[in-house]
Amino acid sequence: MSNTVLHDSRVLAGRQLRKTLRRPTYIVFSFIQPVIFVLLFRYVFGGAIDTGATTYVNFLMPGIIVQTAVLGALVTGLGLTEDLGSGFVDRLRSLPMAHSAVLLARTAADLVMNVFSLTVMIVVGLLAGFRPDQPAWQLGMAFLLVLGFSFVFSWISAWIGLTVRNPETAQSAGFIWVFPLTFASSAFVPTDTMPTPVRVFAEHNPVTLVIDTVRGLTTGGPDPAAPALRVLIWFTALLLIFIPLAVRALRRA
Amino acid sequence: MDTYTWPIEVEDLTVAYGRTKALDKMSLRVGAGTVTGLLGPNGAGKTTLVRVLATLMRPQRGTARVMGHNVVGDALGVRRKIGLAGQFAAVDQELTGRENLETIGRLYHLPRAEARRRATAILERFGLADVADRRAGTYSGAMRRRLDLASSLTGRPPVLLLDEPTTGLDPRSRQELWAIVDELRRDGTTVLLTTQYLEEADRLAQHIAVLDGGTVIAYGTPAVLKAGIGADILRIGLHDPADVPAARLLLAGLGTIEDPLSVRVTRPDASVEALRRLDAAGLRVSTIELARPSLDDVFLHLTGHPTIREESR
Repeated sequence: MSNTVLHDSRVLAGRQLRKTLRRPTYIVFSFIQPVIFVLLFRYVFGGAIDTGATTYVNFLMPGIIVQTAVLGALVTGLGLTEDLGSGFVDRLRSLPMAHSAVLLARTAADLVMNVFSLTVMIVVGLLAGFRPDQPAWQLGMAFLLVLGFSFVFSWISAWIGLTVRNPETAQSAGFIWVFPLTFASSAFVPTDTMPTPVRVFAEHNPVTLVIDTVRGLTTGGPDPAAPALRVLIWFTALLLIFIPLAVRALRRA
Repeated sequence: MDTYTWPIEVEDLTVAYGRTKALDKMSLRVGAGTVTGLLGPNGAGKTTLVRVLATLMRPQRGTARVMGHNVVGDALGVRRKIGLAGQFAAVDQELTGRENLETIGRLYHLPRAEARRRATAILERFGLADVADRRAGTYSGAMRRRLDLASSLTGRPPVLLLDEPTTGLDPRSRQELWAIVDELRRDGTTVLLTTQYLEEADRLAQHIAVLDGGTVIAYGTPAVLKAGIGADILRIGLHDPADVPAARLLLAGLGTIEDPLSVRVTRPDASVEALRRLDAAGLRVSTIELARPSLDDVFLHLTGHPTIREESR
């Protein structure tokens, strides 16, 4: 990657983070949302769902962390539609700069924000009884994996945003694929009670694979190596598909 | 390579959205250090031409060069030469005026100190020094537009593309922006600006290209175009519509009479003279209005059809 791309990405990511920090209400709400999710699922569904040997909160936290990472990635597409609408993307495209930086900066800055909201979520989870008992290096790996997942979904979200070009449409288009992916997964309930078609979908769903890996890495249970391998294949495939699509959509924007 | 005759040179440029041709074999040359006004209604192809020249859009056919750089083969070369200010103020509301300009400066790879120095100088020049450290969200619409124009000048481009820079501005802000464009031209910047207002093109441009249906239908200096377009229009309303035929006879010597009762006047004292003649004949006038030719008049004159068209952009 050339120096120009890195330099321009840093300038634009700095711009975006600074903008975000100056929207205090936005920050507060984006931190409150994960907290509410943890508390709702932990205390509303917690008593009703049978997760066998593990407690529900230990079962839930990896799932809800991954869901938050995916929802956080939706911001990428929304932000891009905003910059398209204001003419800022046109301005950038008319500058002698690295145009790929427009997307790299956006996905990177959104990742930074996700680090914060995931941290808040983990703290709330710990307070609500989440007890990861695996070695620290595994917990670190799990955190990196979730961030990687968020990054991958940022590119999908970027492509959607640049294609639909309108914030409202981008938002609803985002939810349409995010909700089935996160709910038809092992995030909130074990997959073995689902009807066969849904269960088959859930078991091959990359969200399930990431969650199963994170569970293995944090609270033990089934060996995380097998889902981890499939996760890496998914990541690579999705990036190979959606980075070129997003770049092309930017060129046509 | 900067070998070129014209800073902006467009030849047979064609851009189609589906079946609609936004640009249809358009050709245009813009001379160094001049302001050229692209005048035309929505859908005439003004914005499309600006987007092609700003490398935001590729033409299907034809060529466009900016200071010798082809927009298709050498987009980066073009981007080093242009500044673009669009119809909207593309500034970040959460950032201060200074931060907005510094961000753009850094994207031109200026060292931090130079980006800062240049931002200060431009803010000063645009009368934004007092509000430099306030967020752009607190600016008035006109100030935001000025900041946007300022951003487009951060790279000191020799060619400036302005897409309807004054649309939506109040008259005073419009005048301020005009003064800035004048000053830029005097400093040697080549400006291509689109507008829907004849007055604006008249005031700013040394050459005007009138666009319709994606092609240039008239080109010349404002004086030459206006001579072709015709003179002021005197519209008269009479108390009694039955008097119209008599009035038409009385006003015949003042210019070309059009329906129901308006005169393309050719004499400077036409309105006074018209009133005098009507009054002497005992015809009661209810309204009288002297109007400059509008863009609609120009269009009607040049094309035989009014400006209102269905397609946009």
